Order: sequence, then C-alpha cells, then structure tokens
Amino acid sequence: MIKLEMIDWLLLVIYFGFVLGIGWWLKRSIRTSNDFFLSGRAIPAWVAGLAFMSANLGAQEVIGMAASGAKYGMATSHFYWVGAIPAMIFLAIFMMPFYYGSKARSVPEYLRLRFDEKTRAFNAFSFAVMTIMSSGISMYAMGLLLNLLLGWDFNVSMWICAGIVLVYILLGGLTSAIYNEVLQFFLIVFGFAPLVILGLHDVGGWNGLRHGLERVALDQGYAAGAWSDSWRYLGSTSQNPMGVEWFGLVMGLGFVLSFGYWCTDFLIVQRAMAADSMRSARRAPLVAAVPKMLFPFLVIVPGMIAISLVHSGGSLSLPTKLDGSPNYDLVIPVMLGHYFPNGLLGLGLTALIASFMSGMAGNVTAFNTVWTNDIYQPYLRPNATDAGLLWMGRAATAVGVLLSLAAAYLAASFNNIMDVLQLVFAFINAPLFATFLLGMFWRRANGHGAFYGLVAGTACAAIHHGLTIPAHALSGIKGGWLAMLHQYPSEMAQNFWTAIFAFSGCFSVTALVSLMTHVPDRGALRGLVYSETPRIAETGGSWLTRTATLGCIALAAAVILNWMFW
Amino acid sequence: MKLDIRWPIGILFLLFGALIAGYGLLAQPAGVGGDSLNIDLMWGVVLAVFGAVMASLAAVSGRRP
Repeated sequence: MIKLEMIDWLLLVIYFGFVLGIGWWLKRSIRTSNDFFLSGRAIPAWVAGLAFMSANLGAQEVIGMAASGAKYGMATSHFYWVGAIPAMIFLAIFMMPFYYGSKARSVPEYLRLRFDEKTRAFNAFSFAVMTIMSSGISMYAMGLLLNLLLGWDFNVSMWICAGIVLVYILLGGLTSAIYNEVLQFFLIVFGFAPLVILGLHDVGGWNGLRHGLERVALDQGYAAGAWSDSWRYLGSTSQNPMGVEWFGLVMGLGFVLSFGYWCTDFLIVQRAMAADSMRSARRAPLVAAVPKMLFPFLVIVPGMIAISLVHSGGSLSLPTKLDGSPNYDLVIPVMLGHYFPNGLLGLGLTALIASFMSGMAGNVTAFNTVWTNDIYQPYLRPNATDAGLLWMGRAATAVGVLLSLAAAYLAASFNNIMDVLQLVFAFINAPLFATFLLGMFWRRANGHGAFYGLVAGTACAAIHHGLTIPAHALSGIKGGWLAMLHQYPSEMAQNFWTAIFAFSGCFSVTALVSLMTHVPDRGALRGLVYSETPRIAETGGSWLTRTATLGCIALAAAVILNWMFW
Repeated sequence: MKLDIRWPIGILFLLFGALIAGYGLLAQPAGVGGDSLNIDLMWGVVLAVFGAVMASLAAVSGRRP
C-alpha cells in the first residue's frame, strides 16, 4: 500500500478546489440550453481538440493501455497509430461538415435529420444507457483502485468524486466538463512523464528496454522482438502475444471499430460540435491527433518497462489475481508507488483521480444532452421552452450521476451483469459506422434501410459471437453460446472479427432495404449528404493551413511512427 | 464573459510546481534505489515554468482588444 504525506493531500485538495472554482466561475456564462449543452458553440479549436482527445483519456484507458503494454508490448500502439489517427482525420475532413453544418445538437439528432425518428430513437436510447453504464464502471474502478492502493473507503471516495463532478457540471455545463478535461490532459502528461523518464533511466534507456523485452518474449516462446516491434510479427496469429493477424487488425480495429468509435460516438464528437466555428470544429480532431500520436510513449511504455523489470527479477513485482496470474491493471499504480517520492506521488495520484472524474463527467454531459434533446423533448414534452430544457438538462445531470452510482454498485455486486450489458452494447455499436458512411455518402440510403441495417448488424455481431470462441475460454460470456463453429486464438481476434461481421451485415442490409423502399427527397438532404452539400471553401490563409493539408501531414506522421517501430 | 482556460491551468501548475519543488528542497525525499536525483525539485521547476508560460499567454491575449 502507498503511504501519502501532507504534501500529496494538499495537491489533491487544491485540485478539487480548482475544479469547483472553474464551475463557479463559468456559472454566469450559462444562460440558455445551448450554453449548457453545447458551450454556446464558443470553444476555440485547441481547447475543443484537447477535450476531444481527453474525453477518450479516461482512467480506464490509461490503466488499460499500460496493462496492454505489459501484456502485448509495442503492438499496443496499433490502438493509436492504426486504431485512432486515420479515423480522427476522416472525421475532420469528411464528416465534421455534416455534424457541425447541420446544426444538429447531437449525433442522434443528425440521424433524425438524415434518416427518420426510429433510427434516432434506437441510437439515442442505447447511447443514453451506455453512457450511464460506462460512467458507473469508471466510478467502480476508481473506488476499487483507491481502496486497494491507499486503503480509502470504497463508498466515501466514490461519493465524494461523484459529488464534485455533479456540482461542476450543474454550474458550468459542458464548458465545465471541457475545461476540466483540458486540465486533466495536462495533469496526465505532466504526472506520467516523470514515470517514463525515471523508468527508462532505470532500465538503461530504450536499448536497455529492448534487451529486457527480448527476454520476456523468448521466455514465452515468441521471437525476440515480439514485445518491441509493432508490425513484424503480425503475419500469423501464433507469432504475437495478441493472437491477431494483420488483416483482422487493419479491418476490424483500424476500420470498423476505430471509425465507429471516433466518428460516431457522441461523447467524443460533442467536444468538436461545441467549437466556435466550422473551421475550429474541423480542426479539433486534428489538434487531438497530435497528442494522440505521442501518447503510446506516455501510457504504453510504462507497461513495457514494468514487465521488463518484473521479468528480470528486479525490485518491482506485480500483485497477482485470485487465479495466480499477474494483475496487469495495477501496472500504473505500482509504478507510481515504485518510482515517485511523496510530492510527485500526489501529482500522479491527482492525475489519476482527475481522469476518473473527467471520464464520469464526459459521460454525464453526453447523457444529459441526449436525454434532454433526443428523448425528453421529442417524446415527452414537444413544446418545452428553452428555460424548461435548461432545467431538464440540470435535472438529467443529477439523475445521471445518481444512476451512475447505482451502476457502480451493480458492477460491484454482480460482475456478470455488467459484462453481459457491455457485450450487448458492443453488438449495438459495432455496425454504427456503416449507417453513417452510407448516410453521409450515398443519397439513396433511407430511414428504413438505416434502421433495419442497424438491427441486422447488431444481430450479425451477436450471432458471430455466439458461434465462435477464443482459445482457452468456456462457452458463455466469452462466446460459443449458440454453437462452436470456430475458435479464435485470442479474445481480441474474436472482437475484431465480430466487428467486421457486424459492419458487413449492416452495410448490405441498409443498402438492400433502401433500394427496395422509397427514394429520399433530395431537397431534404442538403447539408446532410456529401453529394447534396456545397463544398466548404476555406478562404484566407495559405493552402498549408487547410484542413485537408493538415490531415495529410498528420497521416504521414502516423505512417512514419508505424515505420519507425515496425 | 468567458474564462480563458489558460488562467486556471497556469495558476494550478505554478502552485503545484512551487509546492512540489519546495517540498523536494526541504524534505529531500529519497529517490528509487538510492538515486541522488532530487526529482521533486527538478520536476517542480518544470511544472512551474509550464504554469508561468500558460499564465503569460493568457495575460498577453487578455490585453489584446
């Protein structure tokens, strides 16, 4: 267990004070529902961009990526350089003009404008439930971690953090959440950078780390570079610890899952939609791409350092799970305790708690917007006034926080229920990108096609999951609950292929049903479909600062990084 | 009137930097493996410099009409 000193407590308390202070300061700028839900569309590009990146940077991401770094090594970078950057650039160049230009207040609202009411309802309801669940899981993970690490009471730490999140969102709405995400971004960067510096210094630099990882790989029966190279061993599933091959990775992760998440998840897209202009909204994902590209060095490398130290029988050891296997999720906390003296420890801990809290805040702000604009207003109170919507937004915030806490307790008492729910939402999310791709780039796609396509895609995902199973797993939650047709070498490979099936199912059914039913009215598609929307002419500034140019530069940088760590 | 986010970032990091560097200077907490590196002091200074840069950027853009 880690022992805190006065200085660490002081840093944490100051941070809490700042968070609440920001909310209090922003209170006076919240007058309309637009201020509350979309920051009055007044956020500059760099702030929207960092919040965009940060909304995804919850503590689970940080902890999970470090755990993957220990388990799979440098190949974890695929979640960044393949599974994020291309999708972020695509969003900036091609999709943001429709989200921002249509003046929709949310992603489900875009679906109503482009398709119809039932498609919107499908997306809005599933999204609302999902945000509550993820925020609950985030709180649960935090309570558990703080208890394990510092001996804090599970209930007290969870309720205090939830209370602070509630107050600052009630006061400042989305702007509060965004500002805190930016603050958290810098805390994570400055809180974890010394971990990488001290760790690399300890193992003898990058070369020392490579040597250490060679032993890790060889001892587990892989080629020497399996932990330090990202692409070299993706030729077959048996050559790398992830158990995936390049096609499943590129199509499943790089295309379906990544584009589905970065381009359609309202939690992320909301940050860019709050930007002060179309130009800023398109800039936001590109601004985010820069730190996103560099984050593997901050979150994956500590995991790699940890596994190399543990393996060499050095001073570091990882706690084990009940079944005796090492608990990789504790890599970051164990490294913080190992390397940081008090003082820095308070900083690292504050960064970690900040990211848990902003994970909750991100979900709650997305929930209150979708609930108020896509469920309450259309179905319960069609003629609500703006003041009524603002009031409902605040009420939904409070309810959202309470429901998250309920979800956290549910996760604490019935672990399986949460696993099943997460699985169901994975099925619902997997086909989404097919719907948006056809919706934005094929004017013939209509509402019936979109709705039945989504249902079919979800069904394909469920059926594929039910018929396949990862190696060494029992049938049930991991798959194989219908029959066992195929065995995948790993759960990750199974996930990637579930996504590929879901996308293909949704894509073909949307196209087929659309062709068999009515032709959408062309006039109603203006600003919503590529072919019916005038191109945006970016005036002023040289061609070097255009969105497309910047996108190409970012893409080239990602290619170079892939090549450097090939 | 909106708040320039660089103000809270700047002030928070200045404060954190000063506290951590000050603690490193006074308490001289032990580093890993008998390392003589006073990482609290060093990193505290880095934090404070970053905070100062952020705050001065906010101050400069606040003075512009």
